[in-house]
Amino acid sequence: MPDTQALVNDFLNKLKKRKIEGSQATAKQTAELLRSVISQTRMPYTNQAAALIHSVKAVGERLIAANPVELAVGNVVRRVLHIVREEDLSLTTAAMAGLNLSAESDDEDDTDRDNHPALSAAAIAAASRSTLRPPSLQTLLEDVPDSAAVPHTSSSGGDSEGKSKSADKSSRSRKLKHDVIEAVNELIQDISTCHELIAEQAVEHIHQNEVILTLGSSRTVLEFLCAAKEKKRSFRVFVAEGAPRYQGHLLAKELVTRGLQTTLITDSAVFAMISRVNMVIVGAHAVMANGGVIAPVGLNMVALAAQKHAVPFVVLAGSHKLCPLYPHHPEVLLNELRSPSELLDFGEFSDCLDFGSGIGAPLLHVVNPTFDYVPPKLVSLFITDTGGHNPSYMYRLIADYYSADDLVLERRTTSGN
Amino acid sequence: MGAQKKGATARVSEDPEELARHPLQAILLADSFTTKFRPITLERPKVLLPLVNIPMINYTLAWLESAGVEEVFVFCCAHSKQVIDYLESSEWSSQPKFSVTTIESHNSISAGDALRLIYERNVIHGDFVLISGDTVSNMSLTQALQEHKDRRKKDANAIMTMVVKQSKPSPITQQSRLGTDELFMAINPVTKQLLYYEDKAEYSKGFISLDKTLIADNPSVILHNDKQDCYIDICSQQVLSLFTDNFDYQHLRRHFVKGLLVDDIMGYKIFTHEIHSSYAARIDNFRSYDTISKDIIQRWTYPFVPDVLCGSSAIKVERQGTYRASDVTLSRSAQFGSFTFIGQGTKIGTDTKISHSVIGERCTIGSNVTIEGSYIWNNVTIEDGCQLRNAIVCDGVILKSGAVLQPGVILSFEVVVGQQFVVPAYSKVSLLQQPTQQDSDEELEYADSTSGTGELRSDKLNGDIAPDLSETASELGTGGVGYIWTVFEGAYDEEWRHSVAPIPTDKLVKLMLDKDEDEELLTQDGNVISASRELKTDSDGNGSEDDDNEDSRDDYVSFEKEVEATFLRAVHENVKVDLAVLEVNALRLSYNMASVDCGGAIFYSMMKLAVESPHNSASELHRNAADIVTTWQKLLKSFLHDIDEEIEVILKFEEMCLESAKEFAALFPQILHLLYDKEILQEDAILRWADEKEGADESDKVFLKRSEKFIQWLREAEEEEDDEDE
Repeated sequence: MPDTQALVNDFLNKLKKRKIEGSQATAKQTAELLRSVISQTRMPYTNQAAALIHSVKAVGERLIAANPVELAVGNVVRRVLHIVREEDLSLTTAAMAGLNLSAESDDEDDTDRDNHPALSAAAIAAASRSTLRPPSLQTLLEDVPDSAAVPHTSSSGGDSEGKSKSADKSSRSRKLKHDVIEAVNELIQDISTCHELIAEQAVEHIHQNEVILTLGSSRTVLEFLCAAKEKKRSFRVFVAEGAPRYQGHLLAKELVTRGLQTTLITDSAVFAMISRVNMVIVGAHAVMANGGVIAPVGLNMVALAAQKHAVPFVVLAGSHKLCPLYPHHPEVLLNELRSPSELLDFGEFSDCLDFGSGIGAPLLHVVNPTFDYVPPKLVSLFITDTGGHNPSYMYRLIADYYSADDLVLERRTTSGN
Repeated sequence: MGAQKKGATARVSEDPEELARHPLQAILLADSFTTKFRPITLERPKVLLPLVNIPMINYTLAWLESAGVEEVFVFCCAHSKQVIDYLESSEWSSQPKFSVTTIESHNSISAGDALRLIYERNVIHGDFVLISGDTVSNMSLTQALQEHKDRRKKDANAIMTMVVKQSKPSPITQQSRLGTDELFMAINPVTKQLLYYEDKAEYSKGFISLDKTLIADNPSVILHNDKQDCYIDICSQQVLSLFTDNFDYQHLRRHFVKGLLVDDIMGYKIFTHEIHSSYAARIDNFRSYDTISKDIIQRWTYPFVPDVLCGSSAIKVERQGTYRASDVTLSRSAQFGSFTFIGQGTKIGTDTKISHSVIGERCTIGSNVTIEGSYIWNNVTIEDGCQLRNAIVCDGVILKSGAVLQPGVILSFEVVVGQQFVVPAYSKVSLLQQPTQQDSDEELEYADSTSGTGELRSDKLNGDIAPDLSETASELGTGGVGYIWTVFEGAYDEEWRHSVAPIPTDKLVKLMLDKDEDEELLTQDGNVISASRELKTDSDGNGSEDDDNEDSRDDYVSFEKEVEATFLRAVHENVKVDLAVLEVNALRLSYNMASVDCGGAIFYSMMKLAVESPHNSASELHRNAADIVTTWQKLLKSFLHDIDEEIEVILKFEEMCLESAKEFAALFPQILHLLYDKEILQEDAILRWADEKEGADESDKVFLKRSEKFIQWLREAEEEEDDEDE
């Protein structure tokens, strides 16, 4: 499909050149791209799920390789793979057992699939796999009558099932693709509404006359604070400017235009101010499976300061930022070093960088990392679009969103090549 | 399907803003039309040379692509086939919204020719970016383009916008960190119009001359010497037609820019756009190759850094700026220090130390090897115990065990260096013999870059290379293969300026001393220069201003010694007077002396020779002196153009008689008379000297009194003459 191919190349390029800013935009575009990949994938008569998984993986690998620092890409790819597996599983089980459950218990934690046949499918799929992974929130909350009804479902999903099934394939194939695309649409929907979902919870966390500290700029944080303001909460915000990109300035400006009492401080003043703060609310770049956070540089310092003064450290993260990998995972590139020009002016320092004289090697090193790693013990609470969670609880959310088979997506490909 | 539709609409929504913009075109010159990268460029075009393991042109194209250029015309000349083949097989041939078209030429010898050819093709339809394929940048073009377009709307004569960047030149070497000469630009600070551009400023003289209409026409002018020309130009179509109209324009800067600045009939204007936070630089010589490589490794060019361009899974950045490909075989005891790049498939042996270097792909490096500040390309074999410092080693080179590369060595493709062989500093070694034409002359560079490159290679490779090589095998030690290119006289002194190696400290010290002396002289020389001197110290901020006269005094003494030595040599070796004059003149230039000083110095040497040659009595001494003066009067005469200089000689002589050669004291009037006789001194000079001395202290008048009679005689003679005239 030249069309998809062009789209993929275009997106790859953007990722490579670091032209897409922000996890949300990246996640959304990745999902949209994968959706078109799925819709363009030609479906064979047998083993359709495998075909879908294959094509998604093929594109996914390239996307992840294009910018491994942007973990949201990998997350979305894995989510889509998970969706394919689940849909396939539910279809096969449904076809096999002739089960046709109507919408049952409405789970508020998984992606909201209300009023849709896929919901029941997902529930069955989750149930059928429950024996093979730690109990997830979903399975705990549901009564699981169907798990016994699908005793022979294997962990490798529907791949083997698909082959054995010879029931009306043409309709099923269309159905699988259709269902997957619907589910991906919901994922896209989820990603684009995650800010609102998180912001809805603002009033529960921000109280009257509190002082909130944040660092740098995050759209999630902005909307969160504004949501609280709209609900007539009056509170003050300290914004640490977030050197070297100083996005805190933009946030402060934005907050002021929305009528919030804002104080701008330097990053180095955080410790001095933290004793007056009631709560630290920050955004994240990614949340790892152990509950650790990859966040804009400077946040570890803020978290440590908060711990010292026993100030709650709250991280806001959309579910697309949940990464099923651990920070010690070799595939995870924790950081990216950006240009030193953000720190200092090249012209002014050009004489320090003259390699022609002296020892011929630069004496001046400028290091400009983008991210910090905040260990889970420093985080008090995660607020995702599904509610507030403890750091130690993250692995369960992840079990809901991802298939264990997809976690090592990249390693398999590198060894395969 | 629904999803498809949505995908389509998503794309359409991006399109309007793309369409609203005029498709931006760029001309990329994949030939620098110089020979600075020889001998490497005899075999491979410069734009394909690896820069931190990625061909240079990739940086340029990647930047153009990200800056929103949609159509690039790559002009290939030397080794055009290689460039075209590379581009066709690379990712650039299949980019959406970014087309790369090659234009091939075999007879273009300059950028001017290239642009004329492109004009004939009629492919450029609007404003375009003019860049050469060896430029690395990460700037955003949006603002510069907008400024350019806005100016064009107001003034159709604003045909070009040059991108400049602040970069302080070294106060000592008077060259930029990129190894290019110090650049002087005069810019109108309000309009940003470029008024003056001089990259070949005679920095030894320490002054530049501005047209005074410049200052008259512009309310304010800022003269910069801390700007670096990035060689990124945003041009309108007229630039191409201008090149066609002025068929003698060759060089973009030297002819075109300067031509436009001087020519006020057409009234074309050039403007500048200064970039601050982003990076742009052009690889002009080996020094800039080194500097820009280091800048890239230090990530100034982000996002155009190796790990992003190659994909981070292939290359990882580790602590201290080390870049390592995924499958490097590294011995446990090998150390590699900061700012080092190691490419795929490279093997490194035990106890090997590598720092500040770039190692390419599939290299094999033995044990106990030391590599510092070097650039090693692909498939290089370095055996045990080799030492490399600040060298460039091209593809396929083999260094046998124990070979040593001294700083500044360039080993071209597939050279083999024999065991224990030490390649001397700054040598350039190639399998190809050095082309016979000397290309030190700028003008010649154009001529032979084309005629030379293509044919040379085919000639040499067609067989006659094999016998030659066995002959010269000894040139690079036992088992060595390759020719060491000889460095042309004169060029050797300048070699260190553009070399990949850092400037040796003794050169720096020497330059520093010279500079101090220069400054002393400049201050003495008077008001014209003091202005420019102020400017220099202002911008440099180096503290070499301590004005002690001692330095210039020392300088004069050493100059005098040199002149004396030259003179003695001339006497003993019977050098012709003309040649002696030439040599003294050269000395005068190199020491930055006035011809007054020369006259004095030569006269001093002559008298000294006379004193030192054996003599028994005063009369013999006088005869000696007379002989010497007679023989060399022409030499002396050629430095005495006016009366002041002659007076200087008398003063000098006086000084000698008092200090170094007291024997002459008695002969003072006789010698004076001798000089008068030989028409070396005019009577006016002697009389004026006498007049000046009238007012001096008694002690100073000793010689005046001694020669009173002579002067008296002169005065009378003059009066007589006057009388006769009347």
